[in-house]
Amino acid sequence: MIEIVQSGPLNTVQDLGRPGYRAIGVSASGAMDPLSVRLGNALLGNEQGAAAIELQTYPFIVRFSVATDLVVTGADGVRLLNDRALMAWCIHRAAAGDVLEIRQPRQGSRVYIAVANGVDVPVVMGSRSTTLRGGFGGHCGRPLAAGDRLSVVPAAKEVARRSIAVVEPAAGLSAVFPAITNDILPVRAIPAGEHDLFGSDADRFWRQHWRISSQSDRTGYRLSGEPIRPEVPMEMRSHGVVPGVVQVPPAGEPIVQMSDANTAGGYPKIAGVIEGDLWRLGQARIGSKIQFVRSTHTEARAVEQAVDRYVEDVSRTAELVRRALGVIA
Amino acid sequence: MTIQPSTHASCRDDVSTARAGARISFIGARSFLLEAPGDFDLPSQRLIWAVTGLVAAWDEVAEVIPGMTNLLAILKETPEDPRLFVERLETAWLEARSVDLKGKIIEIPVVYGGEYATDLAALCEHSGLSDREVVRRHHEASYRVFALGSAPGFGYLHGLDPSIYMPRKTVPSLRMERGCVTIGGMQTGVAMLTGPNGWNSIGHADLQMFDPTSSTPALMAPGDVVRFLPERIEL
Repeated sequence: MIEIVQSGPLNTVQDLGRPGYRAIGVSASGAMDPLSVRLGNALLGNEQGAAAIELQTYPFIVRFSVATDLVVTGADGVRLLNDRALMAWCIHRAAAGDVLEIRQPRQGSRVYIAVANGVDVPVVMGSRSTTLRGGFGGHCGRPLAAGDRLSVVPAAKEVARRSIAVVEPAAGLSAVFPAITNDILPVRAIPAGEHDLFGSDADRFWRQHWRISSQSDRTGYRLSGEPIRPEVPMEMRSHGVVPGVVQVPPAGEPIVQMSDANTAGGYPKIAGVIEGDLWRLGQARIGSKIQFVRSTHTEARAVEQAVDRYVEDVSRTAELVRRALGVIA
Repeated sequence: MTIQPSTHASCRDDVSTARAGARISFIGARSFLLEAPGDFDLPSQRLIWAVTGLVAAWDEVAEVIPGMTNLLAILKETPEDPRLFVERLETAWLEARSVDLKGKIIEIPVVYGGEYATDLAALCEHSGLSDREVVRRHHEASYRVFALGSAPGFGYLHGLDPSIYMPRKTVPSLRMERGCVTIGGMQTGVAMLTGPNGWNSIGHADLQMFDPTSSTPALMAPGDVVRFLPERIEL
């Protein structure tokens, strides 16, 4: 059992989401930084989509009632296991009674705690992710609170894990993801249906630096900057949308839909963030700046494949190391 | 509430005249939006239902979301050349045979007027009709579920009497109750979640229409026929 000792608001259990039900109005949800969840799970030898705890407010403190192997991934900050600093992106064994504390990250916004075999909450419509808007999934369909107790999926067989670590993706995949320069995160996107109807404002969309406003959450980020407007005001018929869609409401400040994206929308769309860059946006902080960079399907495919290879490598290497150490032990 | 098998026979009509091309655009690298040309009407939607059925069966497709005379296809991975998929979609659109989904009939008891009908007075003013007349025109019509979306189980219903069309509010109600029977533009529907809502409420239904633990979580499905039964009218 994992007992929540202290939590800020809006920390939830998330896996890689609940796709497949948007046609009946159910958001996919899932981790805002799915790459951190996949890597934590790959290290532990879990299924890539095992459920983890997603933190976005701090401090967060848990106590383990039984020995538990865990990995902390995502945003970089102070992590303490029984008041001693804990390395991120690395397997640790918490003994029964150990207390893990995660403080406000220095960089990035979301921290993930992955545990061996994954957090065990009921699977609802194929996923353990919490959907806050729908009020189901995760732990009782709501954010975690002090006193909550989470189970861990029982192990099929006992696995000897050692302290193996992975190079964090910002470093390990630096060739794939352009660096943050002057505190501006480049976010690659492809023009969407109404892009050209914005006329010269479309150029300003790509050129300017947008700030992620405080009205931003797992549903979407509202951006602030010089407003952009289509040459003629328009309303579309409602259509399906996915995370990454950049919609422009009449006031002219774009909204990027994120993991808890509404399933339908009708505002004009100027662009769509490539799926491979969504995890970086998921780590961007309120108040930070982003710039959209025009991308292509070719580039998006290359990013997708590089990320899949990286996770696959981590998974395979972790397995090899586990086997080798198992033989030595 | 009763659910009865529909008496509609599945009907197909011939593609005798050339069909105008659909508009296809991207959302990100893996999603493709197909929008039907022409009016927001049942013939367009029947073609969308047909194409949705075809596209959902393609190997490279992870998910299809039918919308209002449009559909979004989400691929399992980013295609090497998006033009090939666009062409495939275009062909599917041009060759699809219109289908009428064999929907079930859903009857929803409604309390018209009363405390939840927060926008009935505004609708009377907008339409120039009496409250009794607005309510009559709403419950006497028969509606088709065009698509689901926006909230779990929420059905966009088509078939509203044009005299009671009413634009969405520019400033949404901050807290509209689940179950409110609402009008948004040319559409009507029943609110599935309590929360901000830009549609206009004229009544309330108690019927449970979404259950995440059920094997069929949503009561409504595209093609279903919906009728509102006035359980009580409080004016």
